[in-house]
Amino acid sequence: MSRSLLRTISIPVAAVVIGLLIGAVLIVTQDASPATAYKALLIGGAGDSDAILRTLQKATPLIFGGLAVAFAFKAGMFNIGGQGQLLVGAVFAAGVGFGIDGLPMVVHLPAALLAGAIAGAIWGGIAGGLKATTGAHEVIVTIMLNFVAGNLTDWLAANPWKDNSGSNIVARTPLVEDSAVIPTLGAVPVGFLLAVVTAAICWMVLERTTFGFEVKSVGHNRHAADYAGIRVGSIMAMTMAVSGLLAGLGGAVESLGVDGRFEAGVNVGLGFEGITIALLARANPLGVVPAALLVGLMEAGAARMQFKSGVAPELIDVIQALILFLVAAPIILRWILRMRHDSSEQVQLGAGWGKS
Amino acid sequence: MSDILLGARNVSKRFPGVLANNDVSVHLEKGRILALLGENGAGKSTLVNILFGMYRPDEGHVIIKGEKVDLRGPDDAISRGIGMVHQHFQLVPPMRVVENIVLGAEPIRRGLVDIAEARRRVVELSQGYGLEIDPDAVVEDLPVGMQQRVEILKALYRNADVLIMDEPTGVLTPQEADHLLGVLRELTQTGLGVVFITHKLREVLAVADDIVVLRNGEVVGQTTPDETTESGLAEMMVGRSVVLRVEKSVAEPGDVVLKVDKLSVEDDRGQVALNEVSFEVREGEILGVAGVEGNGQRELVEAVTGLRDLSSGAMKIGADEFTTGSVRQISEKGVAHIPEDREKHGVIGVYSLDENSVLNRYHRKPFSIRGLLRRDVIKRHAEGVVEEFDVRTPSTSVPVSSLSGGNKQKLIVGREFSDDIKLLIAAQPTRGIDIGAIEFIHRRILEQRDKGAAVLLVSAELDEILGLSDRIAVLYDGQIMDVVDAQEANREKIGLLMAGITD
Ligand SMILES: Nc1ncnc2c1ncn2[C@@H]1O[C@H](COP(=O)(O)OP(=O)(O)OP(=O)(O)O)[C@@H](O)[C@H]1O
Ligand SMILES: [Mg+2]
Repeated sequence: MSRSLLRTISIPVAAVVIGLLIGAVLIVTQDASPATAYKALLIGGAGDSDAILRTLQKATPLIFGGLAVAFAFKAGMFNIGGQGQLLVGAVFAAGVGFGIDGLPMVVHLPAALLAGAIAGAIWGGIAGGLKATTGAHEVIVTIMLNFVAGNLTDWLAANPWKDNSGSNIVARTPLVEDSAVIPTLGAVPVGFLLAVVTAAICWMVLERTTFGFEVKSVGHNRHAADYAGIRVGSIMAMTMAVSGLLAGLGGAVESLGVDGRFEAGVNVGLGFEGITIALLARANPLGVVPAALLVGLMEAGAARMQFKSGVAPELIDVIQALILFLVAAPIILRWILRMRHDSSEQVQLGAGWGKS
Repeated sequence: MSDILLGARNVSKRFPGVLANNDVSVHLEKGRILALLGENGAGKSTLVNILFGMYRPDEGHVIIKGEKVDLRGPDDAISRGIGMVHQHFQLVPPMRVVENIVLGAEPIRRGLVDIAEARRRVVELSQGYGLEIDPDAVVEDLPVGMQQRVEILKALYRNADVLIMDEPTGVLTPQEADHLLGVLRELTQTGLGVVFITHKLREVLAVADDIVVLRNGEVVGQTTPDETTESGLAEMMVGRSVVLRVEKSVAEPGDVVLKVDKLSVEDDRGQVALNEVSFEVREGEILGVAGVEGNGQRELVEAVTGLRDLSSGAMKIGADEFTTGSVRQISEKGVAHIPEDREKHGVIGVYSLDENSVLNRYHRKPFSIRGLLRRDVIKRHAEGVVEEFDVRTPSTSVPVSSLSGGNKQKLIVGREFSDDIKLLIAAQPTRGIDIGAIEFIHRRILEQRDKGAAVLLVSAELDEILGLSDRIAVLYDGQIMDVVDAQEANREKIGLLMAGITD
């Protein structure tokens, strides 16, 4: 067990190390000291409770987005629609959050989270349902639904749900009621805890339930799944709904725990980072948490790194891209590490391509 | 020594928990055919994969043309004149024959693939070796035998001096198999050497020059067809004498279990595959379905098991009549199904033996309760199947993809036999299985029959059909030519019906 665990994590860990080493070279070319820069990055991301809070807040939506992509991978599908699912989740959670008042928190907060989750599930489910019934490829459909979601949420925030307080001209909703705000426990946002618990639940569902068995069977061998009596179409539809639900929950946590409202344009791009995280985690729900923490820390510490060492914060994006590249092309790492090929460590990446 | 085209000297290969080859030495000379025999899991595929550079031996080495070599991979082997035809063809189905043959070694003219030249060479090659083929046919439209021919031509196009074939006849009809053996014989006239693996002793005796028998990873015998017989070979393989034909009692058929009424079904391309087929199978009897492959057997099995929609007609299993039934609904009626294509339908390679042992039963008690899998119960079940059906594996936690072909098949058969079954649908149940295990599985099929199950047996092996069936239905061109009582059946009679000839 520990040996196979070692094998599983060796690629991402090696990718991170090598990515940071190449990053160090780039820092040197900018006449800065890698030691100073990385130290600042670390302190900025984990040096005190404020830094930790920032890292955890950044990591939270990444966990949800990563889980969304990872879950769909398991059924051999590529959910590119995390962005759209996150947006609808964020706007509907905010809608319930500010639109209803007078509820106690134990009712209001779960209701708002649920609204976001359901919105995301519907958004993902549309793609899954279309795939199951018409064969429409989920990559295409989810990309298109991203545009629909972007415009729909912009419109909601600019028109019916617009914050009309004072002289506000920004397309945003009012602040959610206090009873719908996700609290923090010291330096730990409760949203982050929710994300970690969700990751554990995802793992449980995939490894311990019949539904998980069905999802993975469809992902590994659709014909054998057919033979086993699994209804492949409905499993694909349900998987995409679950995937959308996870992304939607991420959006809800953003609205209710970080921004306090939905504001057009604020969450742009966040949904796509889920792909990075899922890849880094090699589609393992439990791996999503450390992967998101790592990326969250780098993003949280980037500002301090720039301040202390003068290195442009874009370097963080470069390092992330390098890590991702190395994880996605493990053959390069294997060559560097002289590792033998082992098919068990391959991630099913976009197995949906080319199959209808 | 310099006559040695290809050989292994003191080769050992270990996999986690298994010594797959143990100090194995074999050699192949110019113009000869070497047959490798052995039980499932004996190490035959491992050995040829080493010879082809797919695996590196842990000890010992490979010899090519009298020279020790350290193969870095299949490319290396190919460039040294070794060609291999895998059991699972490595072809690009939507591409044409000529494209498939030259792929990776295309003739180039002014930076572009010179397809006319490629075509010319392919035609020359295929005529030169008597391997006629339409170079412009699309591979996916070809029958299996022809696809295999493309694979052989691919190797010859790369100037192979040796052709390695892992169970080449396993997927062929008997006619195609005979033809292939003839082709191999002819190829050796030109000096080509052949290594082939098979479980069919008849084929070994018919064409091999040298025979090597493996057991538990070791060479346990070397002989020639003149020195041995089928039962001699069988004994060498298994280490005991083997009954090549099991005894069976007279069937006592009861109520009708499966009734198929004017069933019509289309194939994947929308052509009529079965045309108003009607038959019934009763409790306690085995209905064998004979026929040249591609005459509707696959579609029949898929329709009856719910994998394929009916275009018209009806089926009745037990008391329930239906025209559309899901796979799940049908299997819940006590129907077990040994699928024809084990890699495609029968197993999920990355899943462990545990998971595969409940592939179509995971949702039932005791394997899961309220949607939660019970890993310990499943493991115990898998261990039971492995034990009973002699599946050779270091543990049930390893992925099924690490099993040898025949052991995968034994796992599937064991899984399907582990329930109380009313109807057993067995398509090519012993494909790729060694003769010792065939005997065992045949006994188990008869045991199911005697316990009252109805059995629909589809097989390309006429001997299997004749040996097990109580009645034999012959499919030709999507129709049942006749249903013959097994007592009145013989090879000639069935053979004529299979060719579509009635008197
Ligand atoms: N990639 C692998 N990983 C782990 N074990 C393997 C692997 N390949 C083969 N083995 C094991 O090595 C042994 C020999 O397997 P091999 O495939 O060579 O048998 P075989 O003689 O070809 O059998 P069959 O007649 O069933 O095809 C088996 O016990 C098998 O489980
Ligand atoms: Mg084999």
